[in-house]
Amino acid sequence: MSDDAIYFNPPPRSAHTPTAPARPAPAPVEVTIDGRPVSVPTGATLLDACSAAGVETPTLCFASTLTPVNACRVCVVELEGARTLVPACARKAEPGMKVLTDSPRVRLSRKVVLELLGSSVDLSTAPDLLRWQQRYAARPARFGSGAAVATVAQQTKVKVDNALYVRDYGKCVLCYKCVEACGSDAQHTFAIAVAGRGFHAHISTEADVPLPDSACVYCGNCIQVCPTGALMFKTEHDLRAAGRWDPAAQTQTDTICPYCGVGCTLTLTVQDQRIVKVMSPPDAPVTRGNLCIKGRFGTTFVGPEDT
Amino acid sequence: MDLHLGGGAASAEERAAVDAVLGPPTSRWRGGVDLTLAEHFGLSGGNAVRAERHRLLPVLHALQDRLGWLSRGALDYVSLRLDVPPAEVWGVASFYHLLALSPQAPQVAHVCDDIACRLRGAEALCGELERTLGPAGQGSEYTWKRSPCLGLCEAAPAALVLRAGTPATHQALAPTTADELRAALTSTSTSTSTSTSTSTSTSTSTSTSSSPPSSRLDEVRRAVPDAGDPDHLLLARVGRVDPASLADYRAHGGFAGLTRAIALGPEATIAEVITSRLVGRGGAAFPTGKKWQAVAAQPVRERFIVCNADESEPGTFKDRVLCEWDPFALIEGMTSAALATGASLGFIYLRGEYPRAAAHLEAALAAARAGDLLGPDVAGTGHGFELELRRGAGAYICGEETALFNSIEGRRGEPRAKPPFPVEAGLFGRPTVINNVETLASVPLILARGGAAFAAIGTAGSTGPKLFCVSGAVARPGVYEARFGVTLGELIARAGGVPGDRPLRAVLLGGAAGSFVGPEALALPLTLEALRAAGATLGSGVVMVLDDRADLPDLVRRIARFFRDESCGQCVPCRVGTVRQDELLGRLGAGTPLGSVADERALLGELAQAMRDASICGLGQTASAAIESALRLGLLEASP
Repeated sequence: MSDDAIYFNPPPRSAHTPTAPARPAPAPVEVTIDGRPVSVPTGATLLDACSAAGVETPTLCFASTLTPVNACRVCVVELEGARTLVPACARKAEPGMKVLTDSPRVRLSRKVVLELLGSSVDLSTAPDLLRWQQRYAARPARFGSGAAVATVAQQTKVKVDNALYVRDYGKCVLCYKCVEACGSDAQHTFAIAVAGRGFHAHISTEADVPLPDSACVYCGNCIQVCPTGALMFKTEHDLRAAGRWDPAAQTQTDTICPYCGVGCTLTLTVQDQRIVKVMSPPDAPVTRGNLCIKGRFGTTFVGPEDT
Repeated sequence: MDLHLGGGAASAEERAAVDAVLGPPTSRWRGGVDLTLAEHFGLSGGNAVRAERHRLLPVLHALQDRLGWLSRGALDYVSLRLDVPPAEVWGVASFYHLLALSPQAPQVAHVCDDIACRLRGAEALCGELERTLGPAGQGSEYTWKRSPCLGLCEAAPAALVLRAGTPATHQALAPTTADELRAALTSTSTSTSTSTSTSTSTSTSTSTSSSPPSSRLDEVRRAVPDAGDPDHLLLARVGRVDPASLADYRAHGGFAGLTRAIALGPEATIAEVITSRLVGRGGAAFPTGKKWQAVAAQPVRERFIVCNADESEPGTFKDRVLCEWDPFALIEGMTSAALATGASLGFIYLRGEYPRAAAHLEAALAAARAGDLLGPDVAGTGHGFELELRRGAGAYICGEETALFNSIEGRRGEPRAKPPFPVEAGLFGRPTVINNVETLASVPLILARGGAAFAAIGTAGSTGPKLFCVSGAVARPGVYEARFGVTLGELIARAGGVPGDRPLRAVLLGGAAGSFVGPEALALPLTLEALRAAGATLGSGVVMVLDDRADLPDLVRRIARFFRDESCGQCVPCRVGTVRQDELLGRLGAGTPLGSVADERALLGELAQAMRDASICGLGQTASAAIESALRLGLLEASP
């Protein structure tokens, strides 16, 4: 070891990797899902319990990375002793709860909710919703051709006010996820919020100003969580408009963002040698599905030049 | 978070309106100009500023009152002062009916076209206004708008004229005519002199103690026809005391309850309320003592008392009468609740359409503070309790307790998921007692007379006196105090019965969220248990009497439109379901059902069940109740 103070030799590394002291596992909570006993950790929701029991529960406003707002009500289940149905995504499991996920009441509410959405919103780019409509035999047409659609409160045409992504509120089911992702659950930019009330409630910037005039930083974390395609990459929107959006010809490739040292996981969707969409896995430890403008939109130059 | 503001500068008057609520800006960062360097680097933001978010609605009110609408520059200044993102300020402001986000005439007549007023010609009144003043919402100096129930049902048809300015004034005209409204709007003076002998009229700037006792009793008797009845318990002081005078309230037995609460101590006070078996008078009928006990038992020390005075259920006006004419009883009830549960701050959330109640409550609060019944040392107990009045801004949903909390906190008035319940996590996430006005006004009675004496009134399952809001086809509509167990027929007879001995067709019990009952229900005792057994509800105490001239299909459609307009829009079953329900009734009314009438009724049944089962809050859960009961009774079929 040198006497010179500016040199420093680190002490030899310990032979074993330090680990956090073992924490006691949370006490299990026993509940019954459709007659089958299930054990979930304390703090788990009924949705977790349904998953543990192998029951697929439709969800729309739920995302593992966001605070549940339980607004969409497609995940409702019947809880013994409760006056109304309860949202599985938000209700915490308590010992002894008896839950039915496919009772006539549950099926009816889920069916009607899917019909109400189908009669008021364009669900053409929401494949999960269309699948659930089939599962619950939902017929949105029951409300007739005169049924008001949700876009009455705002302009019905797609908002294309920037080069990166478009907003088509005719497809918006008001799940609040984009507001949460833009706000306190991820980005803390607060460019958008729910405005208006009732059937006229909608996602909006202040006074409905275009995105470039708002606080938007184009992280695209709202696109990441949108369940219906109301928020969409402009590349995808343009390809769809041209009739050239072709999921069968697309590949998904996971990679690491090249821009900075954080190391965000990117999932690149590639079609015809072009990156047409960039997402990040919600379970990626670094990103939890969130990216910045560079990771989200900064790779579309990769690809052949336009001829 | 950086605020991104692009709405332009606020005018000097807009800044003055905001600063009148928040005080002058403390830094240049927060919108201050001409500040010293020390001031500039003073409180510049952070949690201290964001903790003031609950001032958002009061600030928006101040702007609306002074300017008549909210400009983008003004909203940006609010964003800056409170450190709330402009998109969220916009989201909150656009939630409320009484806030205008585009330039609007400074004088607006809000004309009630809801159920009670429809029975008394509101639609004809609106038609005449449209002919003489032009379409609703237009006009640069003055305009008129349709409004949901204004809570003036005893004097239908009613209107509320709001005039922006310094100070803002208001004038309730009930019953009113198109001529009177036109005169009120076109008179250049903003004084209250235009009121006629049949109108109630006050200005926020007028003193409430000026009227002599005899004229006050006359005025009160328009809303409480038998005011002064010696049998009254809850209404005993209404009309008799000066609502602005603490001494007068004391002289009429006031503060006997609070004195007893202080002597008893918290546990015994709660025990007394439990003994009384008082249940909530807002509609849900939850045991009040249990609520207090649950809050008192919480480990969190910071607790709140909230009075739900957002009385917006169509046909309900009892809480307005209590706030206007016996405000100290409410303050006494809330102070007793605070001492019992250990709360040091309370809020009265009053609906925005009750300006006179607001003025009387503010005067009473000031008198109570001056008399040391509120403040750092309540009546020498050493316990501090402060009480603030907050005004709603036109949103029925804010009467839902968790939506009310969000509204006070400066957020959109959207209900929260329960659990957690307010006793655990209510206002600002703290344990909260939230009670209706009538509930809290019953507390002094319980404490002064003893819980057992209160429980001896009424029936075993429904104790105490109860206020009923009788309106529609009766000779003397108004608030009536009765003991639980009075029959529906007796109550209607007390209100003078159906004029002209016309046949009674139906009665709407509990308001838009209640249900219709037929003439066979006249013998029904009005108790919680008897109504529950009959599949009806007492709700907020609405008894709206409908004779053979009532256009019932029109009323039922209005109820459907009410829920369509008042849904907050948060959950799908209610947001879209209330619209589909309204459309369905429209098809039935027009005689153009999809498929057969039976198909439509089956569809309505499914819609109703999904709304009842899957909606977040009581609004969606009850949005079909009255409509389904009308169908069951055959009220949508042509009148006989």
